Amino acid sequence: MSSKPESVLILGSGPIVIGQAAEFDYAGTQACKAMREEEIRSILVNSNPATIMTDEDVADVVYIEPLTVEVVARIIERERPEGLLPTLGGQTGLNLAVALAEEGVLDHYGVKLLGTPLEAIRRAEDRQLFSDMLRTIGEPETESKAVNTLEDALAAAQAIGLPVVIRPAYTLGGTGGGIAHTREQLESIVRAGLAASPITQVLVERSLLGWKEVEYEVMRDGADNCITVCNMENLDPMGVHTGDSIVVAPSQTLSDKDYQMLRSSALKIIRELGIEGGCNIQFALAPHTAVIDWRRNGTESPPYSVIEVNPRVSRSSALASKATGYPIARVAAKIAAGKRLDEIPNSVTGQTTAAFEPALDYVVVKIPRWPFDKFAFGERTLGTQMKATGEVMAIDRTFEAALQKAVRSLELGGKSLLWETSPPDRMFDLPQGERPNGVGATDQRLWWLMAELRRDTPIESLVEKTSIDPWFLLRLRNIVRMEQRLLGEPLTRDLLRDAKRMGFSDDQIATLADLLPEQVREQRLMWGLKPVYKMVDTCAAEFEAVTPYFYSTYEVENEAEPQPGRQALVVGSGPIRIGQGIEFDYASVHAAWALRKAGYRALMANSNPETVSTDFDTSDRLYFEPLDEEAVRDILENEANGDGPPASILQFGGQTAINLAEPLHTASLPIIGSGAEAIDLTEDRGRFEDLMQQLGVPQPPGAAIRDVEEALKTAQVIGYPVLVRPSYVLGGHAMEIVQNATDLVRYMGRVAEAGLSGRPVLIDKYLEGREVEVDAICDGRDVFIPGIMEHIERAGVHSGDSMAVYPPVHLSAEEREEVIEYTQRIGRALQAQGLINIQYVIMPENGGSSVYVLEVNPRASRTVPFLSKVTGVPMVQTAVNVMLGQTLREQGYSSGLWPETGLVAVKAPVFSMAKLVGVDTHLGPEMKSTGEVMGVDRTFEAALAKALIAADLMLPREGTILLSIADNNKAEALSIVRMLGQAGYRLYATEGTAEMVRAQGLPVEEVYKIQSGKHPNLVDAVEAGLVDGVINTPEGYLVATMKDGFHIRRAATQARIPCFTSLDTARVAIETRLLGVDTYSVAPLPEYRGAAAGSAA
Amino acid sequence: MADVAHLVLADGSVFSGRAFGARGRAHGEVVFTTSMTGYQEALTDPSFAGQILVMTYPLIGNYGVNDVDCESRQVQVRAFVVREDCEEPSHWLAEGTVGEYLAANEIVGLSEIDTRALTRKLRSAGVMMGMVTSVDSPEEALDLLTAAPPYETQNHVARVSIDEPETTGAGTSTTPIVLLDLGVKYNIVRLLKQRGARVEVVPYDTAAEEILQRHPAGLVVSPGPGDPALLDEQCEALRGLVGRVPILGICLGHQIIGRIFGGSNYKLKFGHRGANHPVRDLATGRIYITAQNHGYALDGDKLNGGIEVRQVHLNDGTIEGLAHPEMDILTIQYHSEASPGPRDNEYIFDEFMKMVTAGDEQRAEMARKSA
Ligand SMILES: Nc1ncnc2c1ncn2[C@@H]1O[C@H](COP(=O)(O)OP(=O)(O)O)[C@@H](O)[C@H]1O
Ligand SMILES: Nc1ncnc2c1ncn2[C@@H]1O[C@H](COP(=O)(O)OP(=O)(O)O)[C@@H](O)[C@H]1O
Ligand SMILES: [Mg+2]
Ligand SMILES: [Mg+2]
Repeated sequence: MSSKPESVLILGSGPIVIGQAAEFDYAGTQACKAMREEEIRSILVNSNPATIMTDEDVADVVYIEPLTVEVVARIIERERPEGLLPTLGGQTGLNLAVALAEEGVLDHYGVKLLGTPLEAIRRAEDRQLFSDMLRTIGEPETESKAVNTLEDALAAAQAIGLPVVIRPAYTLGGTGGGIAHTREQLESIVRAGLAASPITQVLVERSLLGWKEVEYEVMRDGADNCITVCNMENLDPMGVHTGDSIVVAPSQTLSDKDYQMLRSSALKIIRELGIEGGCNIQFALAPHTAVIDWRRNGTESPPYSVIEVNPRVSRSSALASKATGYPIARVAAKIAAGKRLDEIPNSVTGQTTAAFEPALDYVVVKIPRWPFDKFAFGERTLGTQMKATGEVMAIDRTFEAALQKAVRSLELGGKSLLWETSPPDRMFDLPQGERPNGVGATDQRLWWLMAELRRDTPIESLVEKTSIDPWFLLRLRNIVRMEQRLLGEPLTRDLLRDAKRMGFSDDQIATLADLLPEQVREQRLMWGLKPVYKMVDTCAAEFEAVTPYFYSTYEVENEAEPQPGRQALVVGSGPIRIGQGIEFDYASVHAAWALRKAGYRALMANSNPETVSTDFDTSDRLYFEPLDEEAVRDILENEANGDGPPASILQFGGQTAINLAEPLHTASLPIIGSGAEAIDLTEDRGRFEDLMQQLGVPQPPGAAIRDVEEALKTAQVIGYPVLVRPSYVLGGHAMEIVQNATDLVRYMGRVAEAGLSGRPVLIDKYLEGREVEVDAICDGRDVFIPGIMEHIERAGVHSGDSMAVYPPVHLSAEEREEVIEYTQRIGRALQAQGLINIQYVIMPENGGSSVYVLEVNPRASRTVPFLSKVTGVPMVQTAVNVMLGQTLREQGYSSGLWPETGLVAVKAPVFSMAKLVGVDTHLGPEMKSTGEVMGVDRTFEAALAKALIAADLMLPREGTILLSIADNNKAEALSIVRMLGQAGYRLYATEGTAEMVRAQGLPVEEVYKIQSGKHPNLVDAVEAGLVDGVINTPEGYLVATMKDGFHIRRAATQARIPCFTSLDTARVAIETRLLGVDTYSVAPLPEYRGAAAGSAA
Repeated sequence: MADVAHLVLADGSVFSGRAFGARGRAHGEVVFTTSMTGYQEALTDPSFAGQILVMTYPLIGNYGVNDVDCESRQVQVRAFVVREDCEEPSHWLAEGTVGEYLAANEIVGLSEIDTRALTRKLRSAGVMMGMVTSVDSPEEALDLLTAAPPYETQNHVARVSIDEPETTGAGTSTTPIVLLDLGVKYNIVRLLKQRGARVEVVPYDTAAEEILQRHPAGLVVSPGPGDPALLDEQCEALRGLVGRVPILGICLGHQIIGRIFGGSNYKLKFGHRGANHPVRDLATGRIYITAQNHGYALDGDKLNGGIEVRQVHLNDGTIEGLAHPEMDILTIQYHSEASPGPRDNEYIFDEFMKMVTAGDEQRAEMARKSA
């Protein structure tokens, strides 16, 4: 067995993208903690600043640098770690480790791969080697062939027969895969799949659509001890990626024989592979014979097929950890450090060890959170390629209750299970063969099933249409039956109790029983019906446990008795979605830590299983609950001690938590930090305008309007283009730049369609200036500004999608002063307590410039982790201390800007567009990115280069750039074109753009627009692999006029080449290329900051 | 609630919920198992005879009941307690619901109670007698319970063991494996047969000579219910067999063999029942996940006669396995036959069969020599 290394390099997973989200921050953070417990020096690299793992007190040495072989090699050279932990940083970390090994870097520096050996990784990830392995040990697989070319794929598909499933090697989240029913689909999926696979390999496999999909989480140590942590059953059968499936733990429809058959197979395979650490294995199991009758003369055990092994911790292992209380990543890290399972204590019970299998005495339901509320035009069909950005988990003692709580946790704007699609989902009218994936799944399938059950559609017919096991459908029908009782019967105590035990919210009950939610609550409490909280303890109560990890249920015994002392509840941010990402979890975690540091009991409420905030040792008590009014009030009432209910902290959980300010306030529950009043002052258009006027802070002219007439009138006055959006939304949702009256009318129509009419719509003059963003901490008297950030893209690109630079290197001294001055005025006037975030536009005006305020958010923003890291100011902690009554001055801060050091940092957004078919990738005021990276260095240029590298936006040294530039941008694009020429790029362009290029005396090859119907058109050029980068600015913001641009942008995304839709981004990318990018430094983060500024007061 | 049932514990506490299965009353020792699957195997496991079984996993009956999941002739538990019994199961093998099954076997069931609260009580106070009833008030039930004979004093083995010997499996060996049935589960027989054995199941009170007359190639002493101290006769009978034939003792069988070698037994506070019990092999350090179902354990302080502790429970250090290499004895406290539970320990049967075959060869050798 390996001996304990002295130091270990841990690779993070980079930016959050679909398929690779916050779960790897959780894993990495656990790994760092485990290393510390083992007294091993940890060196962490990640490009994602919005992570807990990159906190300087989590790992011993933190590098926020691009995750490339070159950069990591430099880190290894400098740090000389003894070992490398490859299996905790998702697919990114794993693939990077493989590359480091293959390029000889590890050997050269004598770095050992810890945990699962390279050979095991290869045999699991390489689809061919994996299938060979299965054959050797006699484990069943489906007919398949691993291929490296389109020709071979076509031949393989021919042999197997359509439909076939395409699965790329060394990817996750089903990236680049799909189900091909036709030859055309086959070609396009294989092409994308080969492009997505780092070894250009895809598996072409016989379809097992409709089989049960079951996963096991397995741990194995170096002494060959091997256990399963838990199994999980997908409600959505094979054909829908596990990440896009509703998943239950443990399995519900497997008999012990089924369960043990797969468990034994899992152990056998993991032993054969030689995994050392955690891994995930996926099976297809023959379904109920009502789905597919596979029986041959009365076999007793159903056939199964091994789908894949992920030789690393995964999204599923994060889910399994939260579902069972067994900390998979932590244990995996310790195994890598040479520990055996029985040498690792079970921190939950304190008495037992990691060598056991958790027993659950509850049901866990996970539901993915999809981004289709934001991408109305996105293709909603679910298949083998994942589309969800995040997920929620709920725990209860029945499936019905866990499911309903999970639905509440999705935060779909009041869309409970009662909601029905209208018109009913067309997907299900298609005959079986033509259903996009044979099982007719979309993100709305659950609601569709409910609707069908309400109409008495027989279970058999739903089974036939969806292949979902009857058990799940019968449970849904139970819910429907209860709905009918609530509709038809008088609400008695027994009925209410039964409904609560099935997970009905007060809100749903109110709707069905024709009451107000508050009436239901009052009645419920009068009848003594309140939830009790039970513990997640890994052992089904067999041992006394010390985990403070709870879920609610309507039973008898409450295990979460209130505790004496000062305490506060941090309301988390729920599922990861576009606009509300991991940054808010970062802030929530820090809020809990700050409370504990200040001697408060920190209570945490959240519904997201991927995160650090739902790690049971982040807070003193964790409530795994939906983040709605009912659940949070119940928690607060449950925790009420002699001093009354705990105060709530709402400013770190994004819009989720902010939305609770008003209801909690109304319920007379205490809130600390900026409360309902400050929020209203900033969100209420009229009040905000008055305030800004009073303060003498200019605003873009505009108004809050409620109907089309008002909108048109206002636009007339302020002049087009205007920027429109509904109020009370985050992430620029439904925000658009509108150029004329026609488009404005259309926009208002869509707002009404989305059911948002009645709520005010904000309409502003669109100011195409430079955008600046500030985060500040206020205590009512002082306004302390840790830093100012300047955007690379001009205003009009959502701040979450813009590249941002700290410090604002292009701002004049006057502009800075003005920003600081306005920020202080606003902070003071709002009487804000804690963090505020303000966005400004700077417009050139009569020789000088003017600063306009765009918006003020009295809460932690997306940029808090970024700024905390680059300035070294513990922003969340400082804000929490303010809320607890300590002034800024008492904490050693004062009004004004925190001194800047020599460091420059650039934050760049990262998108997941390859996964979201039908979504336009161009930048605009509506946020689309899923994650971010940071480049940090001593000069702007070097920082920028690193941000571009980390975001995969760096242009190749040479090659071909395709240009297609909107008329109104052409003049501005001239200088960019010249630079491209100067840099020696070959240029392709569409007609008008080509003309402009030629006019510059530069050679250019013309390609046709799609509309022309002629070939080669611009998409052909991209698909043929002739292009290395695309610059394309959109013509307008309406769908119809965007077709060409839309296709070129999608093609670039699919081909995985950089595509710039903003001239500002394109310009800096090319400038960086011209300057040469090889001069950046590689250093631990505090080194850039310089010793002096690093330590906070 | 229309169809109410109660669980009344000896300490007077009451858990009221919904009646399912048969209506009526039953008393027994209240125990819990943490197995998440395998309820039908558990219901029919003779080791649960005399006991009221509580499932800690809340959803029971999801995949219904069927023919293949039975581990003995009948339902063995006295009563069955769950959080939720599934009335609409789903599995291609399912032939009915747990409720129907219990009713057909005249076993009372109780559902819709806070089984976690009950488990926590049993964990801290220890297992105790209880009564499940749908026909009495809690007060009446408590009176009846006080009068009921305690679990420990009952000879449950006599009730669950086979009446007449039975032989199954053709087997390749001429000499059979004799299985002393103290409450055997079908899967033990199945696994022996799978390994080529011809298995002769004999009643628990079969005398040593009778066993020897069968010319056993090996002897398996099965699991079973109750206090091993009540089985002194079986102990004596087995004493005459040790060293003469390879022996595998499982669970109760293990405890009895331990007694032959100077061990004694004690009752655990709440037993080991579940599918997730880690066992350490002392020689190799290797950990095995085992299925367990026992309320008594072996005290090994006075073990003698060359028998060694081979395996211990990782959590509480209780003895999990003994070995006597010279005498070809192997015992395990856990259930290598699983069903329900992990199949990781079927190797025990392989080891046993190896001892048996080695013995066979020796005997054949001897026979050849003497001829
Ligand atoms: N042969 C198959 N037939 C039908 N669906 C399949 C088949 N193989 C895989 N799938 C589906 O595709 C999904 C993704 O495949 P997988 O290999 O697990 O991708 P990834 O490694 O990216 O997670 C699975 O979760 C499963 O639902
Ligand atoms: N009046 C305006 N002129 C120009 N750009 C604007 C204007 N108002 C908003 N924007 C742009 O829209 C983006 C999103 O607006 P913001 O108010 O920050 O939305 P959200 O609150 O949803 O984050 C801003 O980052 C900015 O780029
Ligand atoms: Mg995979
Ligand atoms: Mg997968």
